[in-house]
Amino acid sequence: MEYRPARFEVLRNMDKCNGCNRCVKECACGVHYRSDSGKLCTRDYACVDCQRCVETCPAGALKIALNRNTFHPNDNWSERYIGEIYKQAATGGVLLSSMGNPNPMPSYFDRILINASQVTNPPIDPLREPMETKITLGRRDREIVRDASGRIAPKLVRGLSADVPILFSAMSYGSISYNAHAALAMAAKELNTYYNTGEGGLHKDFYAYGDNTIVQVASGRFGVHSDYLNAGAAIEIKMGQGAKPGIGGHLPGEKTVGDISATRMIPEGSDAISPAPHHDIYSIEDLRQLVDSLKEATGHAKPIIVKVAAVHNIAVIASGIARSGADIIAIDGYRGGTGAAPTRIRDNVGIPIELALASVDSRLRQEGIRDRVSLIAGGSIRSSADMIKAIALGADAVYIGTAALCALGCHLCRSCQQGKCNWGIATQNPELTKRLDPEEGARRLVNLVSAWTHEAEEIMGGMGINAIEVLRGNRLMLRGIGLTETELRILGISHAGE
Amino acid sequence: MAIYDAASLSGREINEIIKKEMDAKITFTGVNGQRFICDGMKDKLVTVDGVAGNASGAYMDSGELSVIGNAQDAIGDTMNGGRIFISGRCGDATGYAMRGGEIYVGKDVGYRAGIHMKEYGDDKPVLVIGGIAGDFLGEYQAGGLIIVVNTERAACPLGEDYAAGMHGGKIVVFTDCQPAPRAGVQVREVAARDIKEIEEYMRRFCTFASLDYSSEISRKAYVLEPMGRNPYKRLYVNN
Repeated sequence: MEYRPARFEVLRNMDKCNGCNRCVKECACGVHYRSDSGKLCTRDYACVDCQRCVETCPAGALKIALNRNTFHPNDNWSERYIGEIYKQAATGGVLLSSMGNPNPMPSYFDRILINASQVTNPPIDPLREPMETKITLGRRDREIVRDASGRIAPKLVRGLSADVPILFSAMSYGSISYNAHAALAMAAKELNTYYNTGEGGLHKDFYAYGDNTIVQVASGRFGVHSDYLNAGAAIEIKMGQGAKPGIGGHLPGEKTVGDISATRMIPEGSDAISPAPHHDIYSIEDLRQLVDSLKEATGHAKPIIVKVAAVHNIAVIASGIARSGADIIAIDGYRGGTGAAPTRIRDNVGIPIELALASVDSRLRQEGIRDRVSLIAGGSIRSSADMIKAIALGADAVYIGTAALCALGCHLCRSCQQGKCNWGIATQNPELTKRLDPEEGARRLVNLVSAWTHEAEEIMGGMGINAIEVLRGNRLMLRGIGLTETELRILGISHAGE
Repeated sequence: MAIYDAASLSGREINEIIKKEMDAKITFTGVNGQRFICDGMKDKLVTVDGVAGNASGAYMDSGELSVIGNAQDAIGDTMNGGRIFISGRCGDATGYAMRGGEIYVGKDVGYRAGIHMKEYGDDKPVLVIGGIAGDFLGEYQAGGLIIVVNTERAACPLGEDYAAGMHGGKIVVFTDCQPAPRAGVQVREVAARDIKEIEEYMRRFCTFASLDYSSEISRKAYVLEPMGRNPYKRLYVNN
């Protein structure tokens, strides 16, 4: 006997349902079907609650609810754990999940409050006065060089420059669809910021967006060749990912088809395996070697980003990376998203981005090397407020992945690993991918980032700050609420009221 | 041919010369471990007299790098095309993730040679090892061809844990002693079709190493091949 407890139940209002069959066509998970006698039926156990049928039902007849059927209540042995045991007992498999850690762990962003000016140091109205949201990422020169007329001659050797402090984080072509990549590329260009290829190579159609592209080099080296390295504005070495620190990646062979296989440069049907380690990197010196070899292969023209997951000793690790010749460090917190990760890793490994970021920024300052690198923070930046708090904790910019996918229509059903994304994002099924219109997607991404930027201007204006770069690491603008002494010390902020 | 004394040059300076030099044939003498030589190189024919340092020939696209001497680690990392000849020994992670081109090593290689080599279409990487291989030869190999010629006739020219996680490509080992099969990897005697597949590369190696092709190719050899391209297929359950 196979136990298949249904997490959700599909509620069909038969007074509204006109039997149009739309739900049957929309659901790639096979939840809605017609019985032999023609009756509309549901397989509740297959429902992932992606809301596709609900939102496309022309009669508004559908709702998805948490299943009212209840296992014998037990706060310790919850339905989740029992259900997972059933799955493992039936298959012997490692549990595989997607998107970020959904568990009710504390969010430090939610326990940090932002300052505002009153009476003295007046606030600034961003609608009337200039506000600078432009950022530059990369190593900053310590020596001030002056030209013949005595003016300071700034020289950023290798840098990235964006109009907004928001970059789209790495999501590979393969984990997400062609249309999703097209939308990210178009939006990055319009916003004058960057999107990131992830470890899936760069589709030939997207070389045109190279000035707004960060190309990634990870342990599997998929799609990496000289033209690829030179196509982007920067190269990111992926050492780790917040959702699965210490774990590599496996794109299953059934997803390695057509253009995916051509872009990754592996045969169709072959598993694309990114080993957990880079087997040529066992030390900071080895990392330096990869950084330098990439610089050599690209004529020292492009900044090198090193992306790491936020883990226990992140401050020391970041200090090492800053000394490896990398220009930018990207830190991914434990709530970061993923197309697929072992559930137990995703839910139990890594640390929150807020703590990681604060400790890295403090450490680099203590060591006097903060200006050697820029910091990009990622791992569940959910709003402009999270972004402002991250910047005030020490980030130069933020990476958004999950938020960008939500702008494209993702409903966070956390089933990317099944490859049946009904919103056409995390799938390669042509019937599903065409549901995502890249032009429309790009417009929504531009809207999102523009809206966050406007909100950031309002928040900064309230603090009397008129440039993002002035806010960076300005922890006096933050106060904690309901945090312990230890938490406040790590975050480097005072408690509200102090 | 242009000749440069590399004794006082950095790896970066060597690469700048390679890019700027109008003569397609360039020789560097007195090379002593400078790194990154020929990284991302296209079209030139470079000879290195001495020791080529770490990550030389990485991302190489075309052309040729000949090392008269030994080479250090990560030679030909993510190499895309062209040829690398090393007359002596080569360090760890030789040909890491290479997807095209050919590497010929006259003597032994270190750990993890040919790790995660892969192929696509006409791009098929080839690594020919004259001597013996260190541990983890062909780890995660996803495509391409590794040949261990074992010119010194060692009893066992493979280290520990060869072909671990191999899921594509082929390893041919010249040895009298049949290697033990590994999880997901089968071992069989070399067949006529294998000889046909490796002939071009074996001939080139034998010319390079001044060996007699017919006496080398007629030796006893074994082939290691993966049993499937999807080693992780049954590992997971959707949650």
